[in-house]
Amino acid sequence: MLKTLSKCIRQYKKYAILTPLFVAFEVLLEVIIPRIMSYLIDYGIDDGNMPYILKAGLVLFFSAVMSLVFGVLAGRTAAQGSCGFAANLRHDMYANIQDFSFSNIDKFSTSSLITRLTTDVTNVQMAYQMIIRLAFRCPIMLIMASVMSFMIDIDLSLIFIAFVPFLGTGLVLIALKAHPRFVRVFNTYDKLNESVQENLHGIRVVKSFDREDYEIDKFKKVSDSIYKDFSKAEKTVAFNMPLMQLCIYSCMLLISWFGARAVVACGGDQQIGLSTGELMSLIMYSMQILSSLMAFSMVFVMIIISRASARRIYEVLVEKSDITSPETGAVSEVKDGSIDFDNVTFYYSKSADKPVLDNINLHIKSGSTIGIVGGTGSSKSSLVQLIPRLYDVPEGSVKVGGIDVRNYDLVTLRDNVAMVLQKNTLFSGTIKENLRWGNENASDEEIKRACSLACADGFIESFPDKYDTYIEQGGTNVSGGQRQRLCIARALLKNPRILILDDSTSAVDTATDAHIRHAFKNEIPNTTKIIIAQRIASVKDADMIIVMDDGKICEAGDHDSLIKLGGIYCEMYTSQTKGGSDDE
Amino acid sequence: MNKGPKDILGELPKVNKTTIKRLLSYLKAYKLHCAFVFLCIIVSAASGALVSLFIQSLIDDYITPLLRDSSPDFSGLLRAVLTMGVIYLFGILATLFYSRTMATVSQGVLKKIRDEMFSHMQTLPIKYFDTHTHGDIMSHFTSDTDTMSQMISQALPNILSSIMMIVAVFFAMLYLSIPLTLFVIIALVLILLLIRVITGRSGRNFARQQQAIGKIDGYIEEMIHGQKVIKVFNHEQKAKEGFDELNEILNDSSTKAHSYANILMPTMNNLGFVLYVVIAVAGGAIALGGVTNFGLSGIGLLTLGTIASFLQLSRNIINPIAQVSQQITSVVMALAGASRIFELLDEKPEEDNGYVTLVNAKYNENGEIVECKERTGIWAWKHPHSDGSITYTRLNGEVCLYDVDFGYTSDKTVLHNITLYAEKGQKIAFVGATGAGKTTITNLINRFYDIADGKIRYDGININKIKKADLRRSLGIVLQDVNLFTGTVMDNIRYGKLDATDEECIAAAKLANADGFIRMLKDGYNTVLKGDGSGFSQGQRQLISIARAAVADPPVMILDEATSSIDTRTEAIVQRGMDALMEGRTVFVIAHRLSTVKNADVIMVLENGRIIERGNHEKLIAQKGQYYRLYTGAFELE
Repeated sequence: MLKTLSKCIRQYKKYAILTPLFVAFEVLLEVIIPRIMSYLIDYGIDDGNMPYILKAGLVLFFSAVMSLVFGVLAGRTAAQGSCGFAANLRHDMYANIQDFSFSNIDKFSTSSLITRLTTDVTNVQMAYQMIIRLAFRCPIMLIMASVMSFMIDIDLSLIFIAFVPFLGTGLVLIALKAHPRFVRVFNTYDKLNESVQENLHGIRVVKSFDREDYEIDKFKKVSDSIYKDFSKAEKTVAFNMPLMQLCIYSCMLLISWFGARAVVACGGDQQIGLSTGELMSLIMYSMQILSSLMAFSMVFVMIIISRASARRIYEVLVEKSDITSPETGAVSEVKDGSIDFDNVTFYYSKSADKPVLDNINLHIKSGSTIGIVGGTGSSKSSLVQLIPRLYDVPEGSVKVGGIDVRNYDLVTLRDNVAMVLQKNTLFSGTIKENLRWGNENASDEEIKRACSLACADGFIESFPDKYDTYIEQGGTNVSGGQRQRLCIARALLKNPRILILDDSTSAVDTATDAHIRHAFKNEIPNTTKIIIAQRIASVKDADMIIVMDDGKICEAGDHDSLIKLGGIYCEMYTSQTKGGSDDE
Repeated sequence: MNKGPKDILGELPKVNKTTIKRLLSYLKAYKLHCAFVFLCIIVSAASGALVSLFIQSLIDDYITPLLRDSSPDFSGLLRAVLTMGVIYLFGILATLFYSRTMATVSQGVLKKIRDEMFSHMQTLPIKYFDTHTHGDIMSHFTSDTDTMSQMISQALPNILSSIMMIVAVFFAMLYLSIPLTLFVIIALVLILLLIRVITGRSGRNFARQQQAIGKIDGYIEEMIHGQKVIKVFNHEQKAKEGFDELNEILNDSSTKAHSYANILMPTMNNLGFVLYVVIAVAGGAIALGGVTNFGLSGIGLLTLGTIASFLQLSRNIINPIAQVSQQITSVVMALAGASRIFELLDEKPEEDNGYVTLVNAKYNENGEIVECKERTGIWAWKHPHSDGSITYTRLNGEVCLYDVDFGYTSDKTVLHNITLYAEKGQKIAFVGATGAGKTTITNLINRFYDIADGKIRYDGININKIKKADLRRSLGIVLQDVNLFTGTVMDNIRYGKLDATDEECIAAAKLANADGFIRMLKDGYNTVLKGDGSGFSQGQRQLISIARAAVADPPVMILDEATSSIDTRTEAIVQRGMDALMEGRTVFVIAHRLSTVKNADVIMVLENGRIIERGNHEKLIAQKGQYYRLYTGAFELE
């Protein structure tokens, strides 16, 4: 996992090296400073030697400035390195997601992909910054400060060195104890968000059933468990500071006691033993060492927290798209719009007990119009999604223009097979921008023509900004029927060999629906048209109507022959026209 | 620093005093806790400051005199060390106590705010939900609360203790030497000026980063939702380019923001050393020059202990200042979040001046309706009058609209002069193009929106007089977009009537034709629905929602495109369920499919907010008007 993630460091590698280097210099200077101070106190102030004070002061000043410079440099490179790393992570993840096939997308839910790209990346970025900045700082500080204090007085140094394992163990124990509690809190957070989301979506239901109080009770239960878990977790972490203080204060007092005795014993002479200044610098070293441990424990906690995030990022990064263009000899031209399904059996997951499509054989002539009807779950959408190779078939083969779809260059194939999905989306931007998804270089005339075919020109022209009307995210500012017609126009602009409409006119009124079909018939006769619909009227005039049930084609033929057959189709037809006039 | 956080942080959102006041008012419930925390913080900060003072006493009172002593007596020092030990112990305990108490307080406050937000949200009119995106509302519960949580549980106590520390150290300095303190003050002012520049830049860039994150979030959300469309249109490269552009902006602002944030600590730390040098030199000069030192401790010569201790103090004052300046950004961000939360809390709740309520009723021996406690299956409207008398009207389910006008905004009327009478048990259908105003009419009957002009009467009572909750309970509703809740199938059906027994729920499911498929599920009625019921087909979910409406057993039903997203084969099953549900009820049906509305008692054809034709199917067909043309497919509605 670490290997994959660290590949994303790339051009920011130099910062990952520079930062610890700068940090090391900074620490070195920080450790030298207390030593110089002790000289300043002993030889300067104590001896009343003003020139020495000035000299030492100058050295001290210079060291502090240098340490500041390195500190600032380290801070900047750490920020550049970690933010850049995060940007690379986002880039790589997003790029990989773009290569995902439909089945890859289905595996991760949309909301989980979003969290992975945002919150998870932020967590990893913070951890990474801490690692390159603090994870090196602490050991370096620990070693250098120890060396310095050993040089001053070994016995006294042992006092605070003894506290290091004590404090370290304590901090680790607290972190280990708090971690599962925090994990629980995060899970409950998800629940809380879920319950708010659900409530927002269903607010009309809540209000209609007068269930406001019920919902509030439900919410309070979740918020109550957050309260309990979170305060428990925080109470555990609350031991950190006091533990730290306990160690620092104990060190202070012990060093004061033994130090004072040592100073007095040698008469405060540096050459023989310990001086006042040295005692002071020992106290500073003890604080430096212990607080570096504290920082280290924060790094530890951050790494633990970010581990889950790192894993989630990793999962996206290593997800391999299972559908790619053939490496060599990809066909880059679609000859015609004929489609053949040969013995196709299909399932979404290998562990499924029942195939979604069961041994389908179907041959569609180029330029014909095919209607597909069938109940929900009868695999109508699954069938047509195989044509632009949104999924691969495990058994049998799907051919377009006589060539297996797996042999085509993906871009070529999908450019020639336009599909209006059932769950269709418009993107924020003007109508024109949305339509140009179909063809980047479409002229205004071409756009207008596509819209008129899709019966969308009328309402577009009625908008004050016409084709420059801004579409809100998700297309919320146009009606469902209008959205569907815009999506059809967008697909038409591709000028495809095959056009698939997956229940794309359900929100369009019957008359408009008829209009669109009429236009298709006359204006794009050479394009193969596949129409999935609920309304029998939408498919009635097709050259061939396919009735699907339970993953199988159970009836096929034109309207009249299917009515004569008296099967499912006939039943649907009568149920939809029951009680009405004899002829629709 | 004394110029206030707004000044320091430049472009960060403005903080107003009322937000702070209001936030603090949440602490009121924890008065005692807060007092205790405050006390503990003082103790903890004071003991911290004593660390430095002890060094002075160690050197001046013990080491220096003992050095001169030929037979040093260490018992005094031992006493002093032990005394300090006890004081430190108090300090440590105080830290522990306040940290733990603060956890309770901060999480308690957050819980209260969350609960209040959610409760208040439930009282808001539908208009609020229609005019705000779910993402925006969600963010109050997520990021806004998060930043606030961060502030209350960490920044606030941290700042408080830092300020206490600063005050304590400051007094300790004054105690030791006033001239040296003046030096420190001058140096601190200079340092603060520098901090202001750094935090200002960091704050501005954090605000920019926040914006960039918002933009990239929006982009990701939109693109990933439409990922399948991207695939179908070979639009991957374009999508990547768009992303990279935003990613670059985010990278730039976050690098800057973090750089400034990162350099704050080393800057402070090392300037602390510089300050140290200045004090050492100045102190040395004063001591050597024999200039008299004066402090709160008295007048005398500047001793080595005083200087040493002063040096220590100067380091102790830098740390808390660095802490405060680091925390200010998060406080400002949190206050911005808080003010957004308060905006939600200040949103005006749905008005309800209704006083007519729905009660259980029975007939007494005189054949009059009287109120009773138990469920009788008979409901009555309890109507108190201004003269103190109370009348009861049996709940029948008669709905009449008289000359109703309505607009979602006051400048645009979407419904004009709607008049219709739905008698008990009648089926009224609305037909018309998207945007003709079909759903709007039903929104008015259950008072999701209030009419601008005209009257709506329910069982002869003006619906404005009926309590909204009671009005809505008397109306069942099945919508096109089915909303189910996390829980078992049984829970979801019971949503219609919380005290329904399992038998009642199953009976309702049978009525709705849902029993069959539910029994086929592995866990039957105990099957858990996740999220919004995904894993179930649209038809199955609709059947559950019909069962939910059935168990509520309301006299009036509104079916808004209830079968539009179901294929016709499934629809036949759902339709049977709905037919059973409609039996004996007043029903308003909206449907695209004319086959669904054919057998309605009255069909209203709507166009641009007006009823242009009305009558039953035969009559409208005979009339050869809009309905006829629509029915025969010869006319385009939109």
